[in-house]
Amino acid sequence: MVITVATDRADDARSWIERANPTHPTLIDEHHRLGELYNMVNVPTVVWIDETGRITRPNDVAFTTEKGGRYANVSTDEQMALLRGWVRGSLPPPSDDDVRKKVTPLSEESSLARAHFGLGWWLHREGRFGAAEHQFSIGGELAPDDFMVRRGTMPLRGSDPFGPEFVEMVTDWLGRGHTYYLPLPVE
Amino acid sequence: MASLVLLDVGKPTEVEATIDVSGVWINSADVEAALGWELKPEGLCRDAICIPVEGRPGLMSDGRMNLEGLADLLGRPLAHSPEEGVAYMGPPLDLFNQTIRTLEAPDFTLPDLEGQLHSLSEHRGSKVLLVAWASW
Repeated sequence: MVITVATDRADDARSWIERANPTHPTLIDEHHRLGELYNMVNVPTVVWIDETGRITRPNDVAFTTEKGGRYANVSTDEQMALLRGWVRGSLPPPSDDDVRKKVTPLSEESSLARAHFGLGWWLHREGRFGAAEHQFSIGGELAPDDFMVRRGTMPLRGSDPFGPEFVEMVTDWLGRGHTYYLPLPVE
Repeated sequence: MASLVLLDVGKPTEVEATIDVSGVWINSADVEAALGWELKPEGLCRDAICIPVEGRPGLMSDGRMNLEGLADLLGRPLAHSPEEGVAYMGPPLDLFNQTIRTLEAPDFTLPDLEGQLHSLSEHRGSKVLLVAWASW
């Protein structure tokens, strides 16, 4: 079962969902609940969950096209082969320790950044845009690696998430020795 | 006395707040209404859990609780905008630590485009590929 969750306002995600015409549940997470629950900091993020509700592969970066895979420096073919192996049951289940090793711990700064996002989101819905912008800025400064906050708030703030502000943000980020995507090893 | 909207992971409750040099203070009754934690002789309690409040300087005063002290007691992040009269308390940090300990995928309930709610737990018994994406 595939479950896709748009960490978006419904109107921002609508045209993409309608064009895809999916047969699986396609959900809307405008408040970034998945960010809070799963410590997600960017999209796309995929999580494998087995029949018992156990996480067998935590937050990973995955694309369905090789072009997308190049953004994250991963082989989409290898990722899909691994996924098919898991779905078909031909992969040995990982140990709990192996799964835990792949989980990014939650920092206090990230947690607080999400609280500021949550506050900003509520203020934005109330039409208090200046106050919301202030909260989004605080969140972005607290957790500069959390692009759900830094980039995810751009549509709310009237900024193009693919425009000059984002290009400047990611150029600065990469220039400081960071990577934009942190995929798990394909194993 | 001022009005404060206290957001419990987004769920709003309007409470009365007193603001002074030592911070924002809310009544214990409002703490229960907004967050579900009740002040009892043994401490701040919810379900089977009670957290002692004695020995925490600055937390309690005349039946009121300091908002920042309360967030610290509960291990939850707090974002507060005094000028807007609203504060957001996020989920406890330990909630994610619990996820790491148990590896149990946190359940969630979210709407689709038609507003129909769906929960992860509905699909127990099947492997689930959870994909978070965005237009941005």
